[in-house]
Amino acid sequence: MKRTYLYYELLRTFRNRRFFFFSLGFPLVLYFLIATPNRNRGNFGNSGLSAPLYFMVGLIAFGTMNAMLAAGSRIAAERAVGWNRQLRITPLTTRQYFRAKVITGYAMSGVTLAALYGAGTVLGVRLGAESWLKMTGLILIGLIPFATLGIVFGHVLTPDSIGPALGGTTALLAFLGGTWFPITGGVMLKIAEALPSYWLVQAGHVGLGGHGWSRTGWIVVAVWALAGAALARRAYRRDTQKV
Amino acid sequence: MVPGGIEVNALTKSYRTSEGVVPAVRGIDVSVAAGETVALLGPNGAGKSTTIDMVLGLLEPDSGSISVFGRTPHGAVDAGSVGAMLQTGTLLRDLEVRELVSMMASLYPAPLDVDEVLGLTGISELAGRRTQKLSGGQTQRVRFAVALVSNPDLLVLDEPTVAMDVESRHAFWSSMREFTSRGKTVLFATHYLEEADAYADRVVLMARGRIVADGPPTEIKAMVGTRTIRATLPDIDLERLAALPGVTHAERRGEAVDLNCADSDAAIRALVAAFPEARDIEISGAGLEQAFLQLTGDDDEPEPAS
Repeated sequence: MKRTYLYYELLRTFRNRRFFFFSLGFPLVLYFLIATPNRNRGNFGNSGLSAPLYFMVGLIAFGTMNAMLAAGSRIAAERAVGWNRQLRITPLTTRQYFRAKVITGYAMSGVTLAALYGAGTVLGVRLGAESWLKMTGLILIGLIPFATLGIVFGHVLTPDSIGPALGGTTALLAFLGGTWFPITGGVMLKIAEALPSYWLVQAGHVGLGGHGWSRTGWIVVAVWALAGAALARRAYRRDTQKV
Repeated sequence: MVPGGIEVNALTKSYRTSEGVVPAVRGIDVSVAAGETVALLGPNGAGKSTTIDMVLGLLEPDSGSISVFGRTPHGAVDAGSVGAMLQTGTLLRDLEVRELVSMMASLYPAPLDVDEVLGLTGISELAGRRTQKLSGGQTQRVRFAVALVSNPDLLVLDEPTVAMDVESRHAFWSSMREFTSRGKTVLFATHYLEEADAYADRVVLMARGRIVADGPPTEIKAMVGTRTIRATLPDIDLERLAALPGVTHAERRGEAVDLNCADSDAAIRALVAAFPEARDIEISGAGLEQAFLQLTGDDDEPEPAS
């Protein structure tokens, strides 16, 4: 019976064309703009990857992160019209509520991921089946922290503040995480390694090389995911108690 | 029919504001029997919404207890036995009306048939319309449908007709009648005496966080439903006017007289029959606010929050 609920939650998300256009169209356009002029560069910025591949992986990190965090904007909008209060007087549990939000976020991210894979293929990215699978698996795991953070943002911020907040956060995380330029050493690397966005980018890179994340990677992602989940619970609880 | 009803005992709730602690509900006891339709009547700020939010489990009381069909408010909500239309709020966007009602129906163990509910609430012709493209009155009716589709044993409505036009209001109450005839328990807040009078089995009158009266609508109406007749009628003995049927008190204001009436219909007929020379006749309602002020006196002392 809760499946019907999830179905409509997905339906309304995918039906919002403006939303769909910006969260899916934006990374695609950006990808073609950046990667097309560099399509023949084989070893971009000493990363050992071709430019189309490098930017595909970077934009996947950026795009899926965006799509996932966008769950926050939807939550903020629902809160603004009082829909959360309406849901609280139904038998829908907190767990089911979170599950629907997370699955919707993953569905949006999944579409973004597939679209960028397609765009990469158009620009000549060729990988073995195992690499595609491994990369996809790590990206999906690397997105868990963002799923929880989206919910936190949605329950803490209002619709007019969440736009700039999410925009700024994703831009900063993407920049520090090495989405736009390879981060190879120094203090920047130390900072980057503590961020989930870096490991999202690395999910692409190492997936291609055939290695998994380093131990640090797994720990950083796990810590962000757990902290995010705890914060999301807290934010939801606090939000649902007036005064 | 579900055993038990709603039991509210010694309920209190205060809000912290920048001006200090403001008591919203100051110790109320209400019991609603299963199958009863009860109106919470009172002016703005009486504590109606706060009471309703606590019955629904949306607010935690400072003290006191609430039992809904023998459960806590949360327990009753989780069991799917409560449906509610809150005072504020619009609809989830990007869905059609039927889709939204179906979505909400899917959360309950024994929902009503969606098409039946759309018919009952008079929105069948809106079924395919996107929720963000509805008028205010239509939105209210869809919100009512969302509350009804859960097939609740207890239906709670917080000022349901405030945003409705006259036509929607009329349609709303006829669908309510249809629903209450199924033996459901209904608790609704309103500040319209006419609504409480016409649709409730019992009226609980609230003012300033307290219950000031609790009884059948006719009784409450007699208490607060006073009207005043004013007419230009010089040289008539006030005692003769006060003795007219329906008149409780007569007063002279220059050439005119003011008659306070418990039953203004009877009074006006008697007045015109006995004194055909009466002219410039006006009848005005005392208004709930004024009536409440009379009932509650000057009991506006801020109380220590304890």
